[in-house]
Amino acid sequence: MNAQATAPRPRSFGGFVAERAAAGALVVQPRMGFSDPALMRRGLERTKFAAATTVGTITLDSYTRLGEHAAARKAVAEGTALNGYPIVAHDASTTRAVLAGLLDETFPVQVRHGSARPQQIIRTLTTLGLDATEGGPVSYCLPYGRTPLRESIDSWAESCELLAALAGPDRTPHLESFGGCMLGQLCPPGLLVALSVLEALFFTRHGLTSVSLSYAQQTDRAMDEEAVRALRRLAAQLLPAGTDWHIVLYTYMGVFPSSARGARALLEAAAELAVATGAQRLIVKTATEAHRIPGIEDNVRALEAAAATAAAADRGCADSGEADSAVYAEARALVDAVLELDDDPGRALAAAFRRGYLDVPYCLHPDNAGRSRSYLDEGHRLRWASVGRMPIAADPAPDRRARMTPDRLLHALTSVARTYDH
Amino acid sequence: MATSHSGLTVLVAGGASDSHTWNLMFLQLLLEERGHRVENLGPCVPPRLLVERCQLLQPELVVIGSVNGHGYRDGEAAVRALRTEPGTAHIAAVIGGKLGVDGVRDEARRHRLLDAGFSAVFDDGDLDAFTRYLSTLTNSAGARADRPSGRAAV
Repeated sequence: MNAQATAPRPRSFGGFVAERAAAGALVVQPRMGFSDPALMRRGLERTKFAAATTVGTITLDSYTRLGEHAAARKAVAEGTALNGYPIVAHDASTTRAVLAGLLDETFPVQVRHGSARPQQIIRTLTTLGLDATEGGPVSYCLPYGRTPLRESIDSWAESCELLAALAGPDRTPHLESFGGCMLGQLCPPGLLVALSVLEALFFTRHGLTSVSLSYAQQTDRAMDEEAVRALRRLAAQLLPAGTDWHIVLYTYMGVFPSSARGARALLEAAAELAVATGAQRLIVKTATEAHRIPGIEDNVRALEAAAATAAAADRGCADSGEADSAVYAEARALVDAVLELDDDPGRALAAAFRRGYLDVPYCLHPDNAGRSRSYLDEGHRLRWASVGRMPIAADPAPDRRARMTPDRLLHALTSVARTYDH
Repeated sequence: MATSHSGLTVLVAGGASDSHTWNLMFLQLLLEERGHRVENLGPCVPPRLLVERCQLLQPELVVIGSVNGHGYRDGEAAVRALRTEPGTAHIAAVIGGKLGVDGVRDEARRHRLLDAGFSAVFDDGDLDAFTRYLSTLTNSAGARADRPSGRAAV
C-alpha cells in the first residue's frame, strides 16, 4: 500500500506530505539550523511563507549531536555561532517561542541532527510539540563518528519507541531514514537503497507507523531513476501493511557547483528527478552551498526554485517501477541477505556489518569492514571496484579508474560540480 | 615520490565535532601516494583519543582536517591536549580546511591556533602549502635521522 491510499491524518508530518502529494505538489524542505533563536524563528517563518509547499527544518548543531550539551551551552553563553540549533541547551520556553504560531497542521517541522545516541534529543523534541525527525541506527552512526554500531542500534530502538509512544488519535509521529545518503557521494545506489529499506523496517519494528525512505541524487540521471523506483518498489513489498510511507529525495550532497547557475541547474535536476520518480518530498540545496553555510534567503530562493521546477516537470510513468533494474536486483540481494541473518532487523544489521555483508565504501568507522571500494565509470555511473564480502558482484571489468588515487578521488568527488559549472 | 624509508608516519584525524570523511580520505590517499604511512582515525576524534593514539603510534605528524565550521574550537582543544601530555608534546601537528562557519579567514583565531601549538594552519584547498610543508618535514626528519634525505617528497 502506498501513502496515497492512507487517509490524511491531522497534525502529522507523513499525513501532510501524503495530502500534498495527492494534490499534485512536491513538498520541499531546507536544511537549516541557527544557534540564535531569533534567527531560527525567522528561518522557519520564511520557509513557511515561501512560494512553495514546504515543511520546516530545525537542524541541530554538532555539539548537541554528540551529546556535549555543556559545550553547546558555553558557546551560546559566549555568543559563538554554532552550526545548528542547540535544542537541548536552549530552554524549552525559548524553543516554544521559536515555534509559536508557526508549527501547525499546515506546517510540520522536522528535527534533523545526526546523532547515534539520540534519546535526549528525542525526549526534548517530544516535550516541545514536535514529532518528526530523521536518522537511523546505521545512517546516523557509521558516517558520523565512532559510536559502536551495536550501541547505536540499541539507542535507536529506544528512540523509535520514545517517538512512537506519542501516537494518538490526533498525532502520528514520523521518522525518516537517512540511509539513502551514506557519506553523501560515491556509494553505489544498490547499497543506499538497501540501507534505507532496512532502516525503515527497523523503525516499523520498533513501533513507528509513518516513515520515509531517503535517496540522495548521485551522478547519473538514469541510475538515480532506477534507484528511486527500486526504493519505492522495495518499500511497497517489505514494509508492514498499513504503514504510511513516502520517498524523500536529497538534492546532490557532494561537492556542489560553485557557480550560481550550476547550483541552480543541479537543484532543478533534483526537482525533476523527484517528480519523474514519484518521490514526494525534496531536500533542497542552495546556490551558495559550495561557499558557506547557507543563509535564510539562500534557502528561500532554493525552495521557490525547486517548487517552480517541480510544478512544470513531467510526471513519470507509474509502471516503470516494475522492471528488475540492476539497482533493484542489487538492493534486493543485499536486503534479503541481511534479513536472513536474524528475525530482528537490529540484530540483522549488526550481524551484517560484522560479517561484511554490508560494507560502506570509504567509511572509516571501526565497525565498517572497509573492504569495499567504488569508483565512477566513464558514463558517470557508480560502480563497485571491490565488494568485499557483500553478496553482490563487483563490476566485471573495472577500468583503470577503479584503483583510487587522490587525484581520481578528487575527480570523482567533483565530477558533478564540474559538469554543472561547465 | 618519496622513497619509503624517507616517508613519515602520519596520523590523520577529524575534529571532535566534525563528521566529514571525504577530506580525511583524500588526505590519506595524498599522503600514501607520497610514500607516507597513514593511520586514519576518521571523523569525530575527541582530544583524549587523539592523545592515546599518538602515545601508542608516536607519529611524526598529526594532520587534523576540519570542514564543519568548528575547526577553530576543535583544533585548539586537540592541539592543547597534545601539547599538555609529555609523551605527545613534541609531535608536529597541522590543521587545515574550512575552519569557521562564515567562510572568512580569521587572522586572530588563526594565530591562536599557532600559539596553541600547531606548526601550520592551512586554508581550505591550499594543497600546495601543505605539500611544501610535508617536503620540508620529510627532509628535516631525514636529516635528523642522519641519513641521506633522498629526493623531495613532491
